[in-house]
This record gives sequence, structure tokens and C-alpha cells, in this order.
Amino acid sequence: MKATCWVAPQKMEVREVPDPTILNKRDAIVKITSTAICGSDLHLYNGFLPMMEPGDIMGHEFMGEVVEVGSGVDNLKVGDRVVVPFPIACGNCGACKAEAYSLCENSNPNAYIAEKLLGHSPSGIFGYSHLTGGFAGGQAEYARVPFADIGHIKVPEGMTDEQVLFLSDILPTGYMGAEMCGIKRGDTIAVWGCGPVGQFAIASAYMLGAERVIAIDRFKYRLDLAREKAGAITINYEEVDSVPDVLMDLTAGRGPDHCIDAVGVEGHSHGLLYAHDRMKQVLRMQTDRPIALREAILSCRNGGTVSVIGVYTGLIDKFPMNAVMNRSLTIKTGQCHVHRYMKPLLERIQRGDIDPTFIITHTMPLSQAPEGYRMFNNKEDHCEKVVLKA
Amino acid sequence: MGVSTETGMQTTNADTAVIGTALGEQARPRISTTSRYQRIANADRGTGGESLANFLGAFSLGLGLAQVLAPEGMSKICGIKDAEGNRSLMRALGAREISNGLAILSRQQPEKAMWSRVAGDAMDLAMLGKVMANPENDRSRALFATANVLAVTALDVMCAKQLSMQPRTVANEGADKGVIRTKRSITVGKSPEECYAFWHNFENLPQFMRHLESVSVTGERRSHWKAKAPAGKSVEWDAETIEDRPNELISWRSTEDADVYNAGTVSFQKAPGDRGTEVRVELEYKPPLGKLGSKVAMLWREEPGQQVMDDLRHFKQVMETGEILFSDATKQRGMHPAQPDNEPVQL
Repeated sequence: MKATCWVAPQKMEVREVPDPTILNKRDAIVKITSTAICGSDLHLYNGFLPMMEPGDIMGHEFMGEVVEVGSGVDNLKVGDRVVVPFPIACGNCGACKAEAYSLCENSNPNAYIAEKLLGHSPSGIFGYSHLTGGFAGGQAEYARVPFADIGHIKVPEGMTDEQVLFLSDILPTGYMGAEMCGIKRGDTIAVWGCGPVGQFAIASAYMLGAERVIAIDRFKYRLDLAREKAGAITINYEEVDSVPDVLMDLTAGRGPDHCIDAVGVEGHSHGLLYAHDRMKQVLRMQTDRPIALREAILSCRNGGTVSVIGVYTGLIDKFPMNAVMNRSLTIKTGQCHVHRYMKPLLERIQRGDIDPTFIITHTMPLSQAPEGYRMFNNKEDHCEKVVLKA
Repeated sequence: MGVSTETGMQTTNADTAVIGTALGEQARPRISTTSRYQRIANADRGTGGESLANFLGAFSLGLGLAQVLAPEGMSKICGIKDAEGNRSLMRALGAREISNGLAILSRQQPEKAMWSRVAGDAMDLAMLGKVMANPENDRSRALFATANVLAVTALDVMCAKQLSMQPRTVANEGADKGVIRTKRSITVGKSPEECYAFWHNFENLPQFMRHLESVSVTGERRSHWKAKAPAGKSVEWDAETIEDRPNELISWRSTEDADVYNAGTVSFQKAPGDRGTEVRVELEYKPPLGKLGSKVAMLWREEPGQQVMDDLRHFKQVMETGEILFSDATKQRGMHPAQPDNEPVQL
């Protein structure tokens, strides 16, 4: 089969590789129809996540048709059309029973490595480095899905791939970012980052009852999308002196009730602090640039929530813990527990609460995946979301 | 060698001590609960000497390498006249430093290795005294070297004293006899009864201990174990069950005539709330010298605790999900990209 392989930082290749086979009883093999490039794939593309090996198959947002089922899967049959959640979860352990699927205790075969770096191990993830298990990803013609009996949602008749594909990751991720804020009537939410996850966080905040949502980015086309499609009030941080000052103005000195960081490790900013962060990153004195996170913490109103859904891969500097502690802020975060949200969000799509297709700017064949990565990474041609057709 | 002195089972005066006296009767923790965990915490404590020992071990290694690789330079620093005899002495001293450094870093009886460093310091100081007495050498350099050795000696003595105070714990007990001990634990979401029943049938062990080929029960308390060894070979031994408390604890040990000494205890304790079972394994083994040595060393990889932890993680997977999960990258040993291949799964 054809598969998108990581070769070296900023170098992807579509290669011919062997087809996947059933390895465990609860596996299924899915013939992929649509898959997407995620913002977090760019962290791998740019070499920010450790433990990649040349030849690793990328991709954790995918859907398709079941072509083979293991002996331990009793709720799927050949021909079923499914969307697959990006975290691999067993459904049996303490974390899964508590619906914290991205913390599954049994799905990361390399848990011992993750423990050394993170203290404890999160779940396995498709196509997302050997730190999360070394599972082949879904930017390919076929994928093996472990624990397929709980790791899927069947697509109802009449729905297109594009309508449901983002249930695999970014729609639930954006939604969980808004849900973690505990939004009440009248709340103002600020969202850093207008990539696909940021867009869905904005839309979800409105779905959960926010009065207004303020979106921060530097790309005009992304801000336009956030304003026109998701309904945000937008700030281009390159055009203002200080984002926290503008947020103070907009909220008459209170600050946003809750803040969402949908940026993560590769944040940008202008000015000296950015140069300092970038330099330390290059010198390996810190691995991540927590620019959005710092602003979110400093902007958030007293007693508010900072919800972190942007991906962090290592250590950060100058973390304003004094603000967090003295102003009673709550930090909530996590890789999305996708399984928990797939069904309710599918229902919202069916009801017309949200049309997730609004973020798609590029559709291309799988063979052009390297081109897709380049465009998405460099924000060429107003690229917001690339869908690959296998 | 007391395998059955399983940490949580020993009776100490902690059982009778009352804690939480500032609390009312209602809020006070149960002594039977806290004392058990206090014993585990006590067994894990060190002396604080470990980080200094690591530094001094690395220092020994570095100094030894310099002495072996650049004896002329090291002689010059100490003010010793360059001569063939001096160079080979310097190399010999370097070899001593390297073996000391390795002994300290190996963590097997580090206190003995530290006292050996102190003895080495005394030897160095005596030799430096002779160096200063000989007019052919550079006195001021030798004096400077002596001052440095004295400073390190002070650190060595301090560290050796700290390490010597180390209590006898599961981790270091038996070190005198060349026995390696290790312990690990995991929480499994099943009842102690279920965990015990599965483990108690030793023929199940190869399902989650990847280095075992087979275990067959040969008698009421006896079993025959077969483990994988390098080059397609295998190692075999007989073991006997030495303690068996239903739903609580199993201890086993290789029999007297076995080539490979090893012994283990597994205990099953109900975890708080409905969190399942706390499974704790203590394992000890004696890597024999000679031909078998390398085979057995392979069984537990470099770090004995890592193998036990892998086994326990797999035990949890088998109990909770029915089997061990593989990824494309981990279905075989060694590095492999996250990509399907046509090779079979390698247990």
C-alpha cells in the first residue's frame, strides 16, 4: 500500500509499504477513504517531538471502510464505515472506565519510555512517534486499528466523509477545550490560535453558551475565517502593541472569563521575548515556546480557567506561576478523550448545530501528502486544513 | 536468604504506634492501613549519600581514563619527573581508579567501593609524600596535587560514612553474597482473588513474562521453568513454591540443584476504593559466572527492575484486556519504524 512516511525533519515521502495485518484479537483493518493533516503533525514534521524513526507512517485523523475484523471484535463487520479516534484506548482499565481515554493504561507498548520523560505514560496514539507506542498512522491506504471494538463510531447513511472526518480529533479537541472552561451565561472566552482546533474551540464555546468569543492570530485569512464562519471578535497580534491590553479594553478591565491556548509548542510573537524564547529553543535550553500560554495566564480574569489544548512536547521557561496562584486561576488540559465526545458531537452535526466542513481549504490525493505538509506548515495559499483522499 | 520477608508483611513496632492523634476518632486513619505503607516507604529510603557517590564514581572514571590515556600529562600536573617507570605506575593507578569508579556506579555495595576509594586516597597521599621528598620532582606542583587529593579524600570519607549507614533494604540486602534484588509494583483492575488465581497457575506465566518459554507444573509444590537465551538456546531449572497464602501471596525459589539461582515473591493486596489490586513483585537472582553467566544476564536485560516492570505491565494487560498489545514498532525486539512488515510477532 501507499503510506505517508516521516523521513527526516521537514521531509515526508509517500512510499510503498506492506499492508497492515491483524496483530491482536481486538484489531480491525480499515481501508482509508479520507484522512487529514493535523496541526500536531506539524510538530513532528518540524522535529519538535522526540523519538521519530525514518519510515514511521504519519497520521492520526482518518476514516474508512472496515475490510478485516479480529476474532475479539463483535460490534464491527466488513463493510462498516467508521471514523477512528486518535487515542488508542482499551476500554477496560481504570482511566478508560473514567472516560479519560487518552490516559489509557494498556495501549502504549512503549510506556516505559514515556514514564521516564513524563513521569507516567499517556495512551498510545496513531502515527505520533515511538513515545506514544510506535503505531503506524492513517495517512495511508490502510490502517490497523487496535481495540477497534471501542475505538470507532459508525457513520450514519447519507453523511459525507468531510462532515464526520474531524470527529477523529480536532472537533472533539476544540470542544473539550471549551468544555473545560465551564462556560456560564455572559462569559467572554479568548482563544489563542485560529488553526483548525482554534476554530472549533471558538464554535464550541458558542455552542456551550458563551456570550462572545475573542480570537487571536496573526494570519488575516485565519482571522477572517474565525470571524465570518465561527463568529469570533478577532485580534491580529502583529497589529497591536499588547494582546492583554486589548483584552482588558474589550472586557472593561475584567479580563476574559476563560482563556484557551490552541497554539502550543511553536508559538510566535513579536518583540524581544520571542527572540529570547526562540534562541533558547535553538540552543536546547528549553524545548517549547509557551508564548500563547503566558499571555493567556496574564490576561485571564481572577478566578478564571486557562484551558490548554495546544500541544506541548517538553519544558518551558518563565511560567507565571505567581499569577496562577495569587489570582486563583485553574489550569485544565489534556490530549482529548475523543471517545467521550464522538457520539454527542455527531448528533450536533446531524442537528445542524455545527458544520465542521467550514475549515477545509485543500483536498488532494494521498500521493500529494508531502506537498500538503509543506503548504500547511508554511501557511501557503491560505491553507487552513488539508484533507487527503486515499 | 529471606525471600519471604516480603516488605509489607514484616511485623515492626509501627504496628502498635498510634498516628493521627490530633484527629478525632472518626477521621483518624486505620493503623493497619498506614503501617503497611509506612513499612514500604521505610524500605525504600536511602541515606542521601547516593548523589555524592554518583559524582565521585564519575570523577573516578574520568581521572582513571586520564591517567591511563595520558600518563605523561598527569605526571606533569603532579610534578613527577617523566620516566618510563613512572608512566606505567601512573597507568596502574588509573586502572585502579576506573575499577573503583565502575564499582561505585554499579550500585552493588557502593559503600565498599567508597571505602576502597578512601584507601586509594591514602596510597596516593603516601606516594605524593615520596614525590615531594625527591629533589628531581617539582615540589610546588606536588604540593598543589596533595592539596587536591586531601580535599577529595574528605569528600570520599564523608560519602563512605553516609553510605555505610544505609539501612538493610530489599534493594541492597543480599548484595554481600552477590545476589541482585529488585522490586516493582502495579495496580491491576481486577480482584485479588482473580489476580492470585491467574498467577497461581504457573503455566500462565509465559503469557506475560516474555523471556519465559514455558513453565510446567511437575508436582504439588514443584515446577519446571524454561527461559529463552541468546542464539536460540534456552536455560532450564526447577523451582519450588515455598509459601502460598491464597489470594494474598506466592513465593517460589529455584531448587538446590538448579544452575540458575532465582527466587521471587508476588503479593496481592486490595487497592483503596475500587481500584482493584496492588500487585507487588520482589525478585532476587544470582548471576552465575562462567558460560551460563551471559545467558542469564540476558534474561533480565541490563536493569533487572525494567524486566520485572515489563512483566507486570503485561500481566495487567492480560488481566484487563486478555492479551498483550503490540504496535508495528514493538512487535519485534530492537528498533523498527512504525510501519507494517511481514514478520511474525516476536514474544
